[in-house]
Amino acid sequence: MPAPFDLNDDTVVVVVGSGAGGGTLANELAQKGVKVVCLEAGPRVENQDFVNDEWPAFSQLSWLDKRTTSGSWRVATDFPGLPAWIVKAVGGSTVHWAGASLRFQDHEFKARTTYGDIAGASLLDWPLTLAEMEPWYAKAEDKMGTTRTNNIPGLPGNNNFKVLEAGAKKIGYKEVNTGRMSINSEPRKGRGSCLQIGFCFQGCKSGAKWSTLYSEIPDGEATGNLEVRPDAQALTISHNDQGKVDGVVYAGKDGKQMKQKARVVCVAGNSIESPRLLLNSQSAKFPDGLANSSGQVGRNYMRHTTGSVYAIFAKPVHMYRGTTMAGIVQDEARHDTSRGFAGGYELETLALGVPFMAAFLNPGEWGRPFAEAMDAYDRMAGLWIVGEDMPQAKNAVTLHASDKDQFGQPVPNVNFDDHANDTAMRDHAYKQSSAIYEAVGAVKTFHTPPYPSTHNLGTNRMSENAKDGVVNKWGQAHDIPNLFVSDGSQFTTGGAENPTLTIVALAIRQADHIASEMAKGNL
Amino acid sequence: MRLIDKRVKVSRRDMLRAGGVVAAAATVMPVGIVKAAEPVALSTDSFATLVKMARDIYPHDKIADKYYAAVIESLDKAAKDDAALKTLLEDGVAELDKKAAGLKNGSGYGAVSSEDERVAILKEIETTPFFQKVRGTMITGLYNNKELWPHFGYEGASADKGGYINRGFGDIDWL
Repeated sequence: MPAPFDLNDDTVVVVVGSGAGGGTLANELAQKGVKVVCLEAGPRVENQDFVNDEWPAFSQLSWLDKRTTSGSWRVATDFPGLPAWIVKAVGGSTVHWAGASLRFQDHEFKARTTYGDIAGASLLDWPLTLAEMEPWYAKAEDKMGTTRTNNIPGLPGNNNFKVLEAGAKKIGYKEVNTGRMSINSEPRKGRGSCLQIGFCFQGCKSGAKWSTLYSEIPDGEATGNLEVRPDAQALTISHNDQGKVDGVVYAGKDGKQMKQKARVVCVAGNSIESPRLLLNSQSAKFPDGLANSSGQVGRNYMRHTTGSVYAIFAKPVHMYRGTTMAGIVQDEARHDTSRGFAGGYELETLALGVPFMAAFLNPGEWGRPFAEAMDAYDRMAGLWIVGEDMPQAKNAVTLHASDKDQFGQPVPNVNFDDHANDTAMRDHAYKQSSAIYEAVGAVKTFHTPPYPSTHNLGTNRMSENAKDGVVNKWGQAHDIPNLFVSDGSQFTTGGAENPTLTIVALAIRQADHIASEMAKGNL
Repeated sequence: MRLIDKRVKVSRRDMLRAGGVVAAAATVMPVGIVKAAEPVALSTDSFATLVKMARDIYPHDKIADKYYAAVIESLDKAAKDDAALKTLLEDGVAELDKKAAGLKNGSGYGAVSSEDERVAILKEIETTPFFQKVRGTMITGLYNNKELWPHFGYEGASADKGGYINRGFGDIDWL
């Protein structure tokens, strides 16, 4: 049974956010006997309420609170109020994630050492190695039921994958398969097998895809140690005279503000809201915001170097049928500067329905060429580029000087410019992707610009030295021992891989650390 | 492979249902699709010009005028209680007609017989709030209309049909 805790209970760990980081951490702590209150800004929407319809699902699940954008990225022009496409609901962005679950490569934890001093980039090595992370990755893969791990077979390929596979092999790529996906290819841990519904981004109605909404959270609630409070939007974190955090002020559904006392606070609101919460928690003692003596809170915002390529063929593909992202080419994921850039990228199948394709194929375009492309929708195949982008200090989440949200808090502004390395990588990926599709007869290919960000990273980054980042190798704030960051904002660099598996692995590891430190009386 | 019938079928029930979408994000939300009728805010001429403009923006020759008109009707309805929107649309149409008057073969935008010439006029105003309002309304109004999905070869919701596990998710046969 979910345990209701008193607002004045100062023995609880408060976790802000219920997604890949927060939801996993909350469950892991609860399993170890730690009492947890998980504050989730959005409502609890269950599987049966998900809709296979892009715009209504977008309205139902997305984070649509006011945000602003700046910088030269095209999102700031085409979708100025929507820098990121992420979820405001219990389960966070594990509700709409695609399921791709890849480990970082060894060198990606040592980006500064491996890539060297790249002008304009604020690269650092992680204070962690792949060897240290391997056991936690293994636990995460087992928890999530990742295909091609733990003897779980890969998913069957859909039409979109078969086109990608045939083209990729024709131009000589070798590492082509249906990917490591946390979507059941056979029933496992109470969740059924994938029905090839499509609509992975709109919430998985069958529950075959791992989400904290129907795995971690109910498991945690069953221990009696976890209370998840939906419609509870964290506004500020409070602290005592000693500079330790002691509670979280949040707004309930009716806008009424309350404070939940806390022994430890873990922030997992994704890489825009997490730094915003720390910055909005400024006080006389911490005038620049919590955990910000380095000045790094909100900086080094990363979103992966992305883009899509859609190809039109003479015959039907029906790319929308089946698992959206079960298809990958990994040959370009290596670090090889002979291609003209540092780091690497993955190519992953992606399909949009007609409503989203119209909005995102080439935002703002109109006229006969656009209409003709839409008329060929059923003959399209598509993929998404996911590559490592360079952290840059000026790419940052900051507080807007005047705009306030519905609770009177300054809204976040997201500033982003591509680094030259990002642009070179994207251009390379566009060219290779077109070659893949042309090898199997594409009559036309489209290079679609990046969508509003789904992978938001780096704004409370981990660092060995306190002056370079916000948290240490445990996600613990350098400045405040009982404050943790538990989401992708703690990433030092982004790697070429979809981030969820690493977020989950870090959360399992962090829970172990917090429980152990609490037992020792250190927290 | 399992192909789909791309002819658009019209059912009154579907038309009414398509109007029930909840609006949330102002910039990117779909509009309701309802049966075309007499304009309630705009002049009949302006309404007709906007329908022509809508088709020039997203020209699908196999999609009937009524689907374009349905989206313009949603703008017309919104303009009934929104004087600024009404002004934006009426002034925008006046500007289109003014630009068309300079052409030897037309007295108004709608009377210009050449699509290329009409598109050239739209190109001149494509950054204006008027154009962006019409284009932005069309992109969701037209492509979010379930009745038109068969035309694009899109099957829509699938969970209620058991997904595609037994309905051709991997049935491509021409590679």
